[in-house]
Amino acid sequence: MQIEENKNEEFKPCIVAFCCNWCSYAGADLAGSSRLTYPADVKIIRVPCSCRVNPLFILRAFQRGADGVIICGCHPGDCHYTTGNYYARRRMTLLFGMLDYLGIERERTRVEWVSAAEGAKFAATMSDFIDTVTKLGRNRKLRDLRCKE
Amino acid sequence: MQRIGVFVCWCGSNIAATVDVKAVAEAAKGQPGVVFATDYQYMCSESGQTILKDAIKEYGLTGVVICSCSPRMHEATFRKAAESAGLNPYMVEIANIREQCSWIHKDMEVATEKAIILAKAAIAKVQLNKPLVAGESEVVKRALVIGGGIAGIQTALDIAEAGYKVDIVEKQPTIGGKMAQLDKTFPTLDCAACILTPKMVDVAAHENVTIYSYSEVVDVKGFVGNFTVQIKKKPRYINENLCTGCGACTEKCPMKKQPNEFNMGFDKRGAIYIPFAQAVPKLPVIDADACLMLKNGKCGLCSKICEAHAIDYTQKEEIIEERYGAIVVATGFNQIKPTQFEEYAYNTCPDVVTSLEYERLMNAAGPTKGHLQRPSDGQRPKTIVFIQCVGSRGDSCREKSYCSKICCMYTAKHAMLTKDHYPDTDIHVFYIDIRTPGKNFDEFYRRAVEQYGVDYIKGMVGKVYEENGKVMVQGSDLIDNKQITIAADMVVLASAVEPDPSARSLGTMLTASMDTNDFFTEAHAKLRPVESPTAGVFLSGMCQGPKDIPETVSQAGAAAVKVIGLLAKDKLKNNPCVAACNQSVCNGCSQCANVCPYGAITYVEKEIRTPEVREVRRVAEVNEAVCQGCGACTVTCPSSAMDLKGFTNRQIMAEVDAICR
Ligand code: FES
Repeated sequence: MQIEENKNEEFKPCIVAFCCNWCSYAGADLAGSSRLTYPADVKIIRVPCSCRVNPLFILRAFQRGADGVIICGCHPGDCHYTTGNYYARRRMTLLFGMLDYLGIERERTRVEWVSAAEGAKFAATMSDFIDTVTKLGRNRKLRDLRCKE
Repeated sequence: MQRIGVFVCWCGSNIAATVDVKAVAEAAKGQPGVVFATDYQYMCSESGQTILKDAIKEYGLTGVVICSCSPRMHEATFRKAAESAGLNPYMVEIANIREQCSWIHKDMEVATEKAIILAKAAIAKVQLNKPLVAGESEVVKRALVIGGGIAGIQTALDIAEAGYKVDIVEKQPTIGGKMAQLDKTFPTLDCAACILTPKMVDVAAHENVTIYSYSEVVDVKGFVGNFTVQIKKKPRYINENLCTGCGACTEKCPMKKQPNEFNMGFDKRGAIYIPFAQAVPKLPVIDADACLMLKNGKCGLCSKICEAHAIDYTQKEEIIEERYGAIVVATGFNQIKPTQFEEYAYNTCPDVVTSLEYERLMNAAGPTKGHLQRPSDGQRPKTIVFIQCVGSRGDSCREKSYCSKICCMYTAKHAMLTKDHYPDTDIHVFYIDIRTPGKNFDEFYRRAVEQYGVDYIKGMVGKVYEENGKVMVQGSDLIDNKQITIAADMVVLASAVEPDPSARSLGTMLTASMDTNDFFTEAHAKLRPVESPTAGVFLSGMCQGPKDIPETVSQAGAAAVKVIGLLAKDKLKNNPCVAACNQSVCNGCSQCANVCPYGAITYVEKEIRTPEVREVRRVAEVNEAVCQGCGACTVTCPSSAMDLKGFTNRQIMAEVDAICR
């Protein structure tokens, strides 16, 4: 299996980004309408608020072969629902610590605050995250735990 | 299994130039449940929508995926179209292949591959969509305008004229805002007071308008159509019902040494004062930090002199609670004090002033009665240097990145007005660029140069310093390519404008988004410029970005129209993407209610019947009219009883799977 993957092919990570509808998703849109490029390895899932991101979604992503997961929300204090991002921040701090303990490196998970006006920040954050994950290489930890039927 | 139709939009060449739309449609066809897939030039156009509607009917579609621009752009459009063809509007999902794909990737192969994955994710999600029905809620027929400057006044007047009640909350003791401080206005040079003060009177006298002056918004709850707002009325120490506004108290006050804010501190006022002669409401206010009576109980002169017995030292802060259907932010701006720019010597040299300060020095109702005198010694300045773009258009952290927009024009105005009064004054203006896009703006500026002989110097100023009673200005002249030094009597800095400092906390209260400069963000930069992304919150004037008076007034009118449109409705459709509790697994632990920011979750005793149990127990219930659909409860719930309609656990997992496969 490893031999298969190493066939000189450039490693393209699979990255899932959860973006809250009010700030970060809009920031991603602004990056788009400003034509700020970033690699195509990241795919965005729109959620109403960063607090909608269930830790199980992240586990699921890693289990299904994601190499990195990033959660983007409004800046602290600016959540459309007032407090959602505080919950997200606390939950993710715990989760990421645990994932790290399980062997999913800290660098594969990230929480970022991107406002609707920060298209440039969105693009830069994504480029940087993709770069970091690419350097780490493929994530095998949870994938390999999958039972093959 | 759903019967899904997939529609790939070219968006002209916006998508089609980088994404192979045919390949996306082709790939979609192979996906489970997809019975129809096509591509079209402009899905949002009339004919594009017809294709959608026809396909829904012809193929009996139960779910639709549109691969197009951002859902923030056209989700509503496509939902409406689907609804008109008999499909539940919430059976439509959008795959964002423009902003998040074709516009950011250059390589066709890469972009197409990504677009296919995004389409697959949306198809996987729509598989699990369920028809949703939006509930309805009442609209409170009253509007709140925060800020009583020209923006707020105009918005309130327009709303009131349409027959709706409107309240203005102004934090200063009087309405009028910055415009009340101005002398003349460009490009017509009509006097600001003459056009503003009648409006102030009109708005105060309007039967539909209530003004809460010297008040602040301290809490906002609720949502579009039904906000509950707490307004803090600061104590004026004046009984508003008794006071006649005669002003006798202000004359007798012994504490006459307080800097007068309205005149930018150039003269003094008493501890009890009326901000300016045309103030509305024309009531005095006591400055609690300066009043002897309030500080140590000695004095009471004003109370003795007041024949109306209107002075009330015991007045307390008051909290007023009111409900509103719509809120307009009109918090305006401040001109920055350029204290961080040492090169301009604003801190050290009294004859270096900001343009708003200069405005007061020129104003007939100002501290000098309109006689131009320099602050240091009261002499008339013979040589004046104006410096533009102070603190604007910079890229260091001490500067604003944006253009303050009004400075070029008011500087030309200042130059002309000064020359009108004192033709022998020498005026030099340092500028980087002259920006005069506006009706009669360039003509106005050219008049300053051609008719009035104002010396415009393209270049920047490096240093301002005092020498022998003169203010020396050292700068570069880029056109003649030389360094110059001008010995001036006075220097006027066109320093940057910034949003009022109160805007930040207000933005948080309203959950209305702001940009990095603390200007409020509009729902769509081009198509919805006076609406905030937060439904029911509208933007008027400088709080949204730098603008001049005519632009502010037009935006104020536009915001008013949006408010009227909202208040004219009796009922509003709610967002049906709200939380729902699966009561058969809920154990009533209360964790969800603890994290709900809206208090939308209550508990009921209910008989639960499942194959395993049959018992009466406490379970959570969601009030759909109150829930705003953030989803905090769904993650908190230890038994996964809570889910969010439209963004269910299974739907999001399905998207994750589709992306990671
Ligand atoms: S809405 Fe953006 S984090 Fe809550």
